[in-house]
Amino acid sequence: MRRRAILGYGAGGVAALGLTLLAGWWQVDGPGALAREDDGRPLPLTAMEFDLVDHEGRPVSPDMLVGRPSLVFFGFTFCPDVCPTTLADISGWLDELGAAANELNVVFITVDPERDDVEAMAEYVGYFHPAIRGWTGSEEQIARAAEGFRATYERATTDSGDYTMNHTSSVFLFDAAGRSVSTIDYHEPREFAVPKIRRAMEQETEGAT
Amino acid sequence: MKHVARSTLVALLLTPVLATGALAGSEDVVVENAWSRASIGTSRPGAAYMEIRNAGDEAVTLTGLQSDLAMMSEIHRVTTDARGVSTMAPAGAIVIAPEETVAVAPGVMHVMLMHLRRPMQEGESFPLTLTFLDGGEVTVAVPVLGIAARGPEG
Ligand SMILES: [Cu+2]
Repeated sequence: MRRRAILGYGAGGVAALGLTLLAGWWQVDGPGALAREDDGRPLPLTAMEFDLVDHEGRPVSPDMLVGRPSLVFFGFTFCPDVCPTTLADISGWLDELGAAANELNVVFITVDPERDDVEAMAEYVGYFHPAIRGWTGSEEQIARAAEGFRATYERATTDSGDYTMNHTSSVFLFDAAGRSVSTIDYHEPREFAVPKIRRAMEQETEGAT
Repeated sequence: MKHVARSTLVALLLTPVLATGALAGSEDVVVENAWSRASIGTSRPGAAYMEIRNAGDEAVTLTGLQSDLAMMSEIHRVTTDARGVSTMAPAGAIVIAPEETVAVAPGVMHVMLMHLRRPMQEGESFPLTLTFLDGGEVTVAVPVLGIAARGPEG
C-alpha cells in the first residue's frame, strides 16, 4: 500500500482561505470588478491600454505587439520557482522553434515594480532566450496591464519576513492580429506548449485573408 | 483531508509493530538528483530541487532543512488554482512512506533558500542537511546550475 500523508496543512489552509477572500474582494469590489461580466479571457491587444518601459528603458505599449504573434506572461524576478521555471520553459520552446522564434513577441511583465526596475529586469532576462523582453513600469500601469490580460496578483508575506507575489502563471498567446488565441497553463503538460505556439503563429496567415 | 492526513500519521507513529528490522528510519533515506539555480546576488531567495527516497520499510518524516548558504531553508509547495494563480506555501512536515520517493521538483515543490549568506554561483555546490523526526540527518551536496536550468542535467 502506498500512501503519503502531509502535515502542516494548517498554514496552507489559512493562506488558501486568505486567497479565497482576496479573490472575492478582487472580483466584487476590487479592480477585478470591471472584468466581472466577461469570460475571463484576455482582451484583444488592440483593446488594451497601458504604458510601460522595456528592459532597455524604451517606452512600450500593447499596440506595439500587434502585427506579430505574441506570448505574454506575468511574474517577478524575486520569484524563486514558478518564474524561472516558466522563463526556462519558454526559452526551451523558443529554441525548439528555431528561426521562427524571431517572428514572435515574447514579453515578461513584472507584477513587482517596487523591486523590478529596468536594471533588474535587464539583468534577469539576460539569462534567458534573447527573444524575451522584460516590461516594467508604475504600479498603476501594471495594474491596468494585468486587468487587460485578466491576470491577477497580490503581495504575500513569507516566513522569512520578506514578501512574495502570488500571480497568474499562465502564458497568454495572441495571434498577429492581437486576438487572444489560447493560454499555456503552468500545470499543463509542457509538450502541449510548442504546438499551441505554432497554432497561434498559423493564425497569422488565416487572419490576413 | 487534513484529518485524514493527521490520522494517517498518528496511525504510523502508534504502530511500532511495523518496526521489524534493526535498521530503519532516516538511515534509509536516499537523496538523489539534487540541483539548484544560480542566484543574482543575495537579495533574491534561491530554490533547490531533489528526489527524497525512503528505501526503508518504515515511514519517515522530514521535519526541516538547514544550510550554511541561507539563514532559513524550508520546503514550499506550489499550488495553481482554477484561475491560473500560483501560490507557494510551506509544505510542513513531509511523511515519506516506505519505498516512496518525494519529488521536490519545479512546479510542485522547492526548497526555498531565504536570506542567502553568499551568492549561489554556477559550478559550485553547497551542503544541505535534511532533518527527520527520529533525530536522523541526511546531508547532500547540491550542485548550483545556471539560472535557466530546467533539471538536474541543466
Ligand atoms: Cu518558496
